[in-house]
Amino acid sequence: MGFDCTACHADLVSAELPHATPVAKVDCGTCHESAVAAFDESIHAVARRNGAAHVAATCVDCHSTHDIRSASDPESRTYPLTLPTTCNRCHADEETIAKGHIAIGNVGDLFKDSIHGRAISRSGLLVAANCTSCHGAHDIRKKDDSQSRVFRANIPQVCGTCHEGIHTQFTRGAHGAAWASGQTDAPVCSDCHSAHSIERADVGSWELDTVNECGTCHLDKIKTYRDTFHGQVTSLGFVRVAKCSDCHGAHEVLPKTDERSMIAPGRVLSTCQTCHEGATAGFAEYDPHADKDNRERNPELYYASRFMHWLLIGVFGFFGLHAVLWLPRSAMERRRRHEPPPRPRDENE
Amino acid sequence: MTHSSVPSEQQFVRRFDSRDRILHGLLMLSFLGLAGTGVPLVFSDAPWARAMTGVLGSFEVAGWMHRVCATLLILVFSLHLVRLTRRVVLRKDWGILWGPYSMVPQPRDLRDLLGHMRWFVGRGPRPSFDRYTYWEKFDYWAVFWGMGIIGASGLFLWFPLFFSRFLPGWIFNVALLIHGEEALLAVGFIFTMHFFNGHLRPEKFPMDRVIFTGRISVAELEEERPDEYARLMREGGLERIRTDPPPAWVVRLGTVIGATAVTLGLLLVGLILYAVLN
Repeated sequence: MGFDCTACHADLVSAELPHATPVAKVDCGTCHESAVAAFDESIHAVARRNGAAHVAATCVDCHSTHDIRSASDPESRTYPLTLPTTCNRCHADEETIAKGHIAIGNVGDLFKDSIHGRAISRSGLLVAANCTSCHGAHDIRKKDDSQSRVFRANIPQVCGTCHEGIHTQFTRGAHGAAWASGQTDAPVCSDCHSAHSIERADVGSWELDTVNECGTCHLDKIKTYRDTFHGQVTSLGFVRVAKCSDCHGAHEVLPKTDERSMIAPGRVLSTCQTCHEGATAGFAEYDPHADKDNRERNPELYYASRFMHWLLIGVFGFFGLHAVLWLPRSAMERRRRHEPPPRPRDENE
Repeated sequence: MTHSSVPSEQQFVRRFDSRDRILHGLLMLSFLGLAGTGVPLVFSDAPWARAMTGVLGSFEVAGWMHRVCATLLILVFSLHLVRLTRRVVLRKDWGILWGPYSMVPQPRDLRDLLGHMRWFVGRGPRPSFDRYTYWEKFDYWAVFWGMGIIGASGLFLWFPLFFSRFLPGWIFNVALLIHGEEALLAVGFIFTMHFFNGHLRPEKFPMDRVIFTGRISVAELEEERPDEYARLMREGGLERIRTDPPPAWVVRLGTVIGATAVTLGLLLVGLILYAVLN
């Protein structure tokens, strides 16, 4: 395959050589009609129209000028393993980021150590998600544009393009159902996994962050979780004890009332037993979200808590007062004991 | 007095025997260990808690140390109970159940408490205390009760699989709460009130070394526990418990151990207050 120069530089068809410079701007849309139409709606084109023409990317920034190659050509700038480097020419360049007012900042930095970034740079995986896998290529749109691939409501679909099995689990669960019904505050993939800096699921710091992420919606649950040994140990930065997903599942979270749920009466014991080998039915009666302020749900704990509360106040109140009253008296006592007996007055004085 | 040539500040009598002191020393050691490894869990959201557990390496190490100290404390408590039982059963020493040599609260303790409070505000003479004052008895029973409650709840939490075979699940919810709150009470009380009453108040400042040396000067006995002094003088018991002045190395050792314990204790109280007030 190959084209004459004039296939693109149409203005030179009838020019005498050597031709005058500069040559006219090439219109890629002559051939690539749909790509250019998509590009015209993209954030890059919008930015160019809004006065960032000198900053925002156009065809040549990604595809180059005379060395344009197919995306499947390892030498191409749009080859999957090279594409992040191509995007980083702008999106990891502080000057361009500042000039273009790019809100997310240096996204190259975020991406390079992510599981997808490493899959590309270290493992050379062609199937790993690169920038275009999530954002699209020509029609990249802002994330608050409902037609954007990365618009909140579209994210599970986009991730599901590769993670089909997880997508299926997600849609079966309570979060997926809420998402499908159009609830905008339902969690989507990126809420727990982040967008660009996605880590392996066994990275401890991420596992602990995720607990707090669950807690941003489930406020009462995180509070009672932190009252338990599980919650205290994870709060100290250790991951070996139960975190939300260990009992509730990760993608297919289901309410207790659903018999498929990991915490449904019929299944909760086996859930406990994944860590507590040999746990009995009595053991599983332990309430991992007991609320000491809730008399209906945890009456024994409620009264124990009230008793301890008043015992602490009583003891510290009484002995605190006792000590405060004693202190000045004790100081007087010390002076009295340490004072030498009064000297007899010298009569000549 | 036969030793009239020596001033009473330099005459000594025995107050605690060597086993009392060893048990108190082991109690201090295990209590500090339990507090140091347990308090970060109760205040796991405090910024210092992570650093404190980090020093120990991991929560498994902290948990292991907590259990070692717990075992030691259970041993100390058991030895104390064995000693009490032997005194009552073998030696028919009923005095530990009632009277001046008993830790059992008695009517005079209430009178002493009220009299002491009147004295605080300058409305009466200082009560003439006997061998054990009411605040010393409170300390004793606070620790006694604490060991029972914290010990039992701690064992439930240590062996949940065993106890859940015959106890309902809510026991473990209550056990965790009680274990933490009661420990907070114990830690807070020992590291403030016990320290103040026993060591830090001006008359005793910086510390009372009697629990380390086992000896108290006759002058101090007469000043602080006039009823005990009078009884000993009356019954001639003072000579029976008369002893040499504490060796300098024992005093120094006591000072180091006491100062270390007070420092660690107050540090822990500071961290707890920081977490509570935040």
